[in-house]
Amino acid sequence: MAIIHVDGQEYEVNGAHNLLQACLSLGLDIPYFCWHPAMGSVGACRQCAVRQYRDADDDKGMLVMSCMAPATDQTRISISDEEAQRFRASVVEWLMINHPHDCPVCEEGGHCHLQDVTVMTGHDRRRYRYRKRTRRNQYLGPFLAHEMNRCITCYRCVRFYNDYAGGTDLGVSGARDNLYFGRYEDGILESPFAGNLSEVCPTGVFTDQSHSDHYTRKWDLQFAPGICQHCSLGCNISPGERYGTIRRIENRYHGEVNGHFLCDRGRFGYGHVNRDDRPLVPLWRDQPDQPPISLDVNDALNRLTNALRHTRRIIGIGSPRASLESNHQLQALVGAENFSTGIDAGELSCLALMEKLQQTGGLATPTPRQIEQHDAILVLGEDPVQSAGRLGLHLRQAALARREILGGTIGVAAWNAEALKTLGQDKFHPLHIAWPAPTDLDDVAAGRYPLGPDGIAQLGFAVAHAIDPAAPAVPQLSSELHEIALRIADDLMGAERPLVISGGSLASRAVLQAAGSIAQALSRRAKAGGLLFIRREANSTGLGLMGGHSLNWALDELAKGHADGVIVLENDLYQRAHAARVDEALARAAVQVVLDHQSTDTTAKATFVLPAASFAEGSGTLVNLEGRAQRFFQVYDPTYMRPEARIHESWHWLHVIAARLRDEPATDINLDTVTQACANANPALAGIVEVAPGADYRIEGLRLAREPHRYSGRTAMGAHMTVSEPRPAQDRNTPFAFSMEGYSSFHRPRQQVPFAWAPGWNSPQAWNKFTDEINGHLKGGDPGVRLIYRTPKHRDYREPVSDPIPNGDGLRALILPRLFGGEELSARAHPIQQRITPPVLILHHRDGEDLGVSPGDQVLVNDYPASLTVQEQDDWPRGWTGLPAGLFPGLAVGDVIAVRLAQGGGA
Amino acid sequence: MSQSRQRQPLTYRSRILQPESERAADTHPLTWRLRDDGETVWLDEYLRKDGYQAVRKALSEGDPQTVIATMKKANVRGRGGAGFSAGVKWSLTLKGSGHPRGYIVCNADEMEPGTFKDRLLMEQQPHLLIEGMILAAWANNSRYGYVFLRGEYVEAARSLNRAIEEARQAGWLSPDINGSGFDFDLAVHTGAGRYICGEETALINSLEGKRANPRAKPPFPGQSGAWGKPTVVNNVETLCNVPAVILHGADWYQGLSGDRSEDGGSKLYGCSGPVANPGLWELPMGTTGTEILDRAGGLRDGLRLKAWLPGGASTGFLLPEHLELPLDFDTIGKTGSRLGTGLLTVVPETTSMVSLMRNLEQFFARESCGWCTPCRDGLPWVVKLLQSLENGQGEPGDIEMLEKLAADCGPGLTFCAHAPGAAMPLASAIRYFRHEFEQGIGKPRAQAHQDPIPAGQV
Repeated sequence: MAIIHVDGQEYEVNGAHNLLQACLSLGLDIPYFCWHPAMGSVGACRQCAVRQYRDADDDKGMLVMSCMAPATDQTRISISDEEAQRFRASVVEWLMINHPHDCPVCEEGGHCHLQDVTVMTGHDRRRYRYRKRTRRNQYLGPFLAHEMNRCITCYRCVRFYNDYAGGTDLGVSGARDNLYFGRYEDGILESPFAGNLSEVCPTGVFTDQSHSDHYTRKWDLQFAPGICQHCSLGCNISPGERYGTIRRIENRYHGEVNGHFLCDRGRFGYGHVNRDDRPLVPLWRDQPDQPPISLDVNDALNRLTNALRHTRRIIGIGSPRASLESNHQLQALVGAENFSTGIDAGELSCLALMEKLQQTGGLATPTPRQIEQHDAILVLGEDPVQSAGRLGLHLRQAALARREILGGTIGVAAWNAEALKTLGQDKFHPLHIAWPAPTDLDDVAAGRYPLGPDGIAQLGFAVAHAIDPAAPAVPQLSSELHEIALRIADDLMGAERPLVISGGSLASRAVLQAAGSIAQALSRRAKAGGLLFIRREANSTGLGLMGGHSLNWALDELAKGHADGVIVLENDLYQRAHAARVDEALARAAVQVVLDHQSTDTTAKATFVLPAASFAEGSGTLVNLEGRAQRFFQVYDPTYMRPEARIHESWHWLHVIAARLRDEPATDINLDTVTQACANANPALAGIVEVAPGADYRIEGLRLAREPHRYSGRTAMGAHMTVSEPRPAQDRNTPFAFSMEGYSSFHRPRQQVPFAWAPGWNSPQAWNKFTDEINGHLKGGDPGVRLIYRTPKHRDYREPVSDPIPNGDGLRALILPRLFGGEELSARAHPIQQRITPPVLILHHRDGEDLGVSPGDQVLVNDYPASLTVQEQDDWPRGWTGLPAGLFPGLAVGDVIAVRLAQGGGA
Repeated sequence: MSQSRQRQPLTYRSRILQPESERAADTHPLTWRLRDDGETVWLDEYLRKDGYQAVRKALSEGDPQTVIATMKKANVRGRGGAGFSAGVKWSLTLKGSGHPRGYIVCNADEMEPGTFKDRLLMEQQPHLLIEGMILAAWANNSRYGYVFLRGEYVEAARSLNRAIEEARQAGWLSPDINGSGFDFDLAVHTGAGRYICGEETALINSLEGKRANPRAKPPFPGQSGAWGKPTVVNNVETLCNVPAVILHGADWYQGLSGDRSEDGGSKLYGCSGPVANPGLWELPMGTTGTEILDRAGGLRDGLRLKAWLPGGASTGFLLPEHLELPLDFDTIGKTGSRLGTGLLTVVPETTSMVSLMRNLEQFFARESCGWCTPCRDGLPWVVKLLQSLENGQGEPGDIEMLEKLAADCGPGLTFCAHAPGAAMPLASAIRYFRHEFEQGIGKPRAQAHQDPIPAGQV
């Protein structure tokens, strides 16, 4: 802590900050461009000048850049100093020399940090009377539009893209006032984090192309606090809606999860909400294979309950992509004994093991943000960028953080970004990755070990043994693996906070056990480390906690005729099990009820389809990979712009069906009562009630506004349907209002912030007003409640185990997660589809020779339709083939596969 | 074919305008070995003329700290123009246990307009620089040295590379220099032609293969320089002073300037512009402008002196009345200008200050690295305004705008010293010759353009 004096006022600030950070943390406004809360200072733009005085007697002082001056004790500065103000206005005047005066037609307008700062500094008269320079723009792929004329040369884009995110294909060329930020030629930006440039860029050089395709000003968007649905990390998002469609996803600051950044799957994967082929009304099929008939709600419910009444037994198949509330309502409807989580048996057993190890493994689960403080990391059998997107950025920062340690030895502050980069060069905290294919973190990794699941498990157990000799040794360990294990063990033991990351990508219990053994060994050696498991889907962890049978069980029960009714909740079974198996199971059921917000192969078979709310039209709770329960809130009322729509949250549908089956009138429920019921029914989920404030929460007597106060056209946007002014949609479930009327300020601490706005701060930089200090936590606390805790007791070591070897000889399948195309919902979004690379089958060249295939050949696997290009990798583990996730439902890791040339597939 | 493609012989050869007879070892430490025929002094001749004696002495005494102490006492001030004490710089380099051995880098990117002194030393006496670098490396515990050489200095590159090879063969650059156990070697790195590479941290970035943007200080290169290791960057002339200082001592060095100046030593002064005899002289520090102009034979063709730059384009203009001042760092600093490189540029009465400034500012605007806003976007505006004034298209308020721009490019407001270097001649030119700028105002204020400006124009 340090005392600083700003314009004669005394403040207490964090002495490790620079003056800009310190002042912004105090809520004082200093304009800036090149500084970014997550990326530190470089002193390039010169916008944040203030006058600094030597001491109390110095009345002259000198202008300094507040971002490059430490907030040391007894610093005296003036922000309001006249010369400082004049200089700051000069800087904006220079930046505006070549900046187009196109705010009214620029997509950044109303959302633009440059606009905010220009207004803040008071520059409003153009004195430069010469011509502006112009630029050509580049095609950068489906995610981002490029408008270089708007560039003010703050260097933030290249600093984020290269230094922070490890990209290599965006750079700056030229010199003087002739600088160009782009690729060496037109082409898709390669980094899976490129989308963050739309928020990192202080103006409109990099804008969200998916937003551009149906553009709406920020102030005309309706927001709600959302949770990303596309992996298990649970990034907080601000989805923005207009006219009944989601227009863009923006980052919603969370101090412990996603901070300032998202991955591109999360940012651009929302298109599934806007698809034309979504079920909007209840559908009924009299006979399978017949086109469905639309029904009104009452009719549908009558027929549906009637049909269900005639069944002997109903199986409920839940979903790890649906909320806890919806899953709970299904479980309650069919009874726990008839409830399946909708998750494959292998994955489900891994989920249970991960949950157990998280509790008893001996090491705490770090938050994603805390990962950045770990100084040695072993990733055992995961490719974090592909399986948990944003988590890859956290891991990269952890490796880069070695710089801060080095900086500390010669007095370079943690915010002095370029200096730390110089000092750090290629010195990183050790990051070891056991994964067969190249990963996006290899450039900062101490080593990557291309092993199959069997080898990775062996390596893991060997590391545990190397750390603690009491852990059992691995029999028949190769000397090479032994060496690697010693190296990794050394690094983990040499660190203050070692971290082990594993997960379900390899579906290997042995790998997870190995990770648990390492954690156990570290904890026995009195290490304050961490253990984190990556799950597959947004609510995999939650479903694991809730419990239920596997999908395999449900399909078996149906196929054997043990049940003749099935209710499928937001789950496309054809994505999870082999088509023939699903067909067989569904065919035996007399009644198939499917609730979903997507038209899927499963809805195509259903007797009844009920249109469910997506995350944008409904609210619910998800549990992320830490075990953090987080609530997402309904963004808009689907009937406001589409009165014909009969979309409801699945939990609502299921509640009504349950009541009708009991011949009772449906009781009045809302989100709070459902959440409470879910918590009551599942002790492991008791905490979810506390996750977010209930529907009766008010600030200063007001609901929380979903719309910025400048929101326009609410009463007129339906004028093509009726000219009468409609009543705003009412929200019984949440404390938010479908209105600009309500609380939207930052003065009163709150956790649930639909959109960040503060007077004078229209851009995402407004988040600085909502945090307790720059880069800190939300003033009201970071949202979410941890449901999984470590029980502080040691377990006994398990003998090294290996996964069961399947019958049969031949190559075994290894499913490689992929950010684009590996997840069902985002793969339905058009921009994501454009980023999906053609699928490849990876194998060792000797296995290729044995198979008689060579690189470039088109091949087929088993009876799956997807054709793959053969790709050989020199260090690929023998006996395994790498297959892209999302194309082989029902195929398990370790399964022996048959590979054959596609018709005319020879290269 | 090979005949016709042969390189044209160089038409200009760097030369010193003092005969050998005038240059003695105890008064002209930088140039006494140079030959009247202008041929390079190679290793044999260099060794005959006390070559590598200072290295022998320093290494045999065995304590790098004495070298630093001597340099501090001698107060050898940075001859690249900034005038910072080399000894103090060396004393701040991180060395010893816990710190990696770093680099000694010679700043030989001599691109300051009107400056041509380092070139002479490197072309004709490369071993003196090498010896200076060995001593600097010894004092700073540097592992490796680089001469960051201006790319156009082809002749200097040739001569340095040959000399380095000679020194290597003779064991002066080796894993065990002169049996001392000290290992050091060095290489020549030729730049690609950016003025900003003369800024020491931009130079380091360029050396690392990065964009030549300066770095923020602190940390200084001595703490974290090239590839994050402790790095010392010194100018050619500074390093060439080291052997004599070590050999003859700090007191001798201090005495070289007599009572002309507080600063000790000798200085390579020079003069260019329309003078009878442009060139270089090694003279005691604190020699006056008058004496240098005399040595240059005064202005050519009866021209009269209007103004002069004391040490390159980035120093402020001085008037004829300032010629009497001793040319040293502090005296010239007090006039509001800087000594800079100490090579005078002479401006005759017939030259328009507006045109001259436009020319200089075009250079500075072009050479901006583009990192910080005042420099990147302010200097091109300066150029536009000067072009308008030059063409009689200036408007009332333009001169005030130029003054404001110059003030906003002042020290501390920009990221490095480049823009302040551009602002200093501009501010002084307006101060002393405002009437010339006023003559360029030919249009009413803020008048709309009559016709749309054609694309790519103005």
